[in-house]
Amino acid sequence: MPLSEQEIAGLRQHARQLRQDILDVTFWAGGAHIGGALSIVEILVLLYYKYLSIDPKNPEKEDRDRFILSKGHAGVGFAALLARKGYFDFELLKDFNKFNSPFGMHLDKHKVPGLDASTGSLGHGLPMAVGLALGARLQKRQWLTYCLLGDGECNEGSIWEAAMAAAHYKLTNLITFVDRNRFSVDGNTEDVMALEPFADKWRSFGFIVHEVDGHSYTELSRAIEAAMKEKAAPVLIMAHTVKGKGVDFMEGDVRWHYGGLDSDTLAKTKQSLASTAKD
Amino acid sequence: MAEGLTWNVYDANTMTQADIYGDVLCLLGEKYDRIVGLSADLAKSTKIGKFAEKYPHRFFNAGIAEQNMFGMAAGLALSGLVPVVSTMAVFTTMRAAEQVRTDICYQNLDVKIIATHGGISFGQAGTTHQCTEDIAIMRSMANMTVVVPADGIECGNAVIACIEHPGPVYIRIGRGFEPTCYENDTYGFEIGKSVEIVPGSDITLICCGITVLQAREAAQILKKTDGLSVRVINMHTIKPLDAEAVRKAIAETRRIITFEDHNIYGGLGSAVAEVIAESGKACAFTRVGIPDCYSLVGYPEDLYHHYKFDADGIVGKVREVMGKDFEEDENWEDGF
Ligand SMILES: Cc1ncc(C[n+]2csc(CCOP(=O)(O)OP(=O)(O)O)c2C)c(N)n1
Repeated sequence: MPLSEQEIAGLRQHARQLRQDILDVTFWAGGAHIGGALSIVEILVLLYYKYLSIDPKNPEKEDRDRFILSKGHAGVGFAALLARKGYFDFELLKDFNKFNSPFGMHLDKHKVPGLDASTGSLGHGLPMAVGLALGARLQKRQWLTYCLLGDGECNEGSIWEAAMAAAHYKLTNLITFVDRNRFSVDGNTEDVMALEPFADKWRSFGFIVHEVDGHSYTELSRAIEAAMKEKAAPVLIMAHTVKGKGVDFMEGDVRWHYGGLDSDTLAKTKQSLASTAKD
Repeated sequence: MAEGLTWNVYDANTMTQADIYGDVLCLLGEKYDRIVGLSADLAKSTKIGKFAEKYPHRFFNAGIAEQNMFGMAAGLALSGLVPVVSTMAVFTTMRAAEQVRTDICYQNLDVKIIATHGGISFGQAGTTHQCTEDIAIMRSMANMTVVVPADGIECGNAVIACIEHPGPVYIRIGRGFEPTCYENDTYGFEIGKSVEIVPGSDITLICCGITVLQAREAAQILKKTDGLSVRVINMHTIKPLDAEAVRKAIAETRRIITFEDHNIYGGLGSAVAEVIAESGKACAFTRVGIPDCYSLVGYPEDLYHHYKFDADGIVGKVREVMGKDFEEDENWEDGF
């Protein structure tokens, strides 16, 4: 079913909050992977406020849907989202990165409620997601497994080994996203290690590919619902996004892959968020 | 060793540890045209990017694909070049472990590895980016030389030395923001030869990496407050280990503690323990490092303090071991 105007308005509200949270937590943490946290806000918000069957009061509920943030460096935003969903107190994030905090840049499943897998080393998430999806099928569980990859992350051979396995086992209970923000650390993905023709690579590995605007709830939601109905092959949603989305001076600037914010810069980011939120 | 490769020490003191090796590599690139550089989407963070900027045609970014990168490095070495590869320690020694072992070490190739973010120097990043296993892993690969410089200046020395040192070399550094230990590069760095940076006769602290500076500070404190004569050895090369310096320490001080930013299993502490055990001599001995767990999250200084290898922690450990008994050996004098 298409999203209603009202639903979209609600999701926008959550996204605005999450972007603010990302900036605040980055400020508290003394530095974080801001760019790649901002580019996936709509994907996370749509999954966590609309599609995932989860219960923050019972994080280990057996039949919950699973989500793996394979690009684990975006943990700063993911942790904030889990806090807002009610998995733990948002105030705890003030200690992010600090001594003995449950929250480091890359989140630890044993310390952060709501996390289905510890990630941070790129190229590990999709193989684990394939295992979760296979496990669900074998045990006749209805849960769906979602996995979110970085585009640069797809340089890793293990991603393609997992892709081969997902297609081989026809894992239609696995829905994979690529955050196609076109940058990694050293620069534009096409300059560092070219991925294009990227969607065709996934197709040739046996995936059904939907290319969408990764900041459009309507397009993302259409692709997710199509993926849920798909019975022939695993689905890859290629979400075209903007690294640093929402803060004008960070958008598309690779220097904001990782950064710290002083209070002046934090204020500037908030102003920028407020002005982009109007349109 | 390469001549004419000194750099201004005053500059070095204002540079980060990683900056220094970047600059040294640029200089080496002039002298040796067979040097090529590689990184895996971390050229800027590891500072091999400095070499990449100066010699763009001699640098290869493998993208985020460490296994392929180390395989490529092996191929480049087979073609007659000398690849210098730099990425984080954790992705070098674990993600690409088999490429390093089978492609590089087994074939005994001239690949020089500068592994950054070793130990818990990037503690706030969590376990996925911490690396407290690398020394153990690299030490167990035949043909590999393992160097853990005390600071940026020593890293510069190690990089210069490794180019003319045959076979694979693993140089392990931190994140690059560590304080400097040495004031200049002329203290006589040699692969496989430890440096006694503080003389002493009551106890020996054998250190590598960031713990060297901390131990030197601890030795000063202990001298003042406890009147102890503490020997500090910078064991910058873990393999081949300077066993002679260890045996000398057993004979002359009979108390040894190792300090390292690494799991207490398999690293410097284990290497020293092997020499002590094989010496057949009694010796009060303790290893200090990460006590076989995944480190807590936190900034490195807080973690070093917690795991007791900052100056404070070292002082405490020395007092502990000074109170420890060891069995007297009647034939002590005729041992060495
Ligand atoms: C195996 C591995 N190699 C290197 C890194 C260091 N690293 C962290 S983020 C990153 C770039 C990721 O790029 P991408 O997947 O495109 O993420 P995004 O641009 O969305 O942040 C790299 C190389 C890592 N975390 N894991």
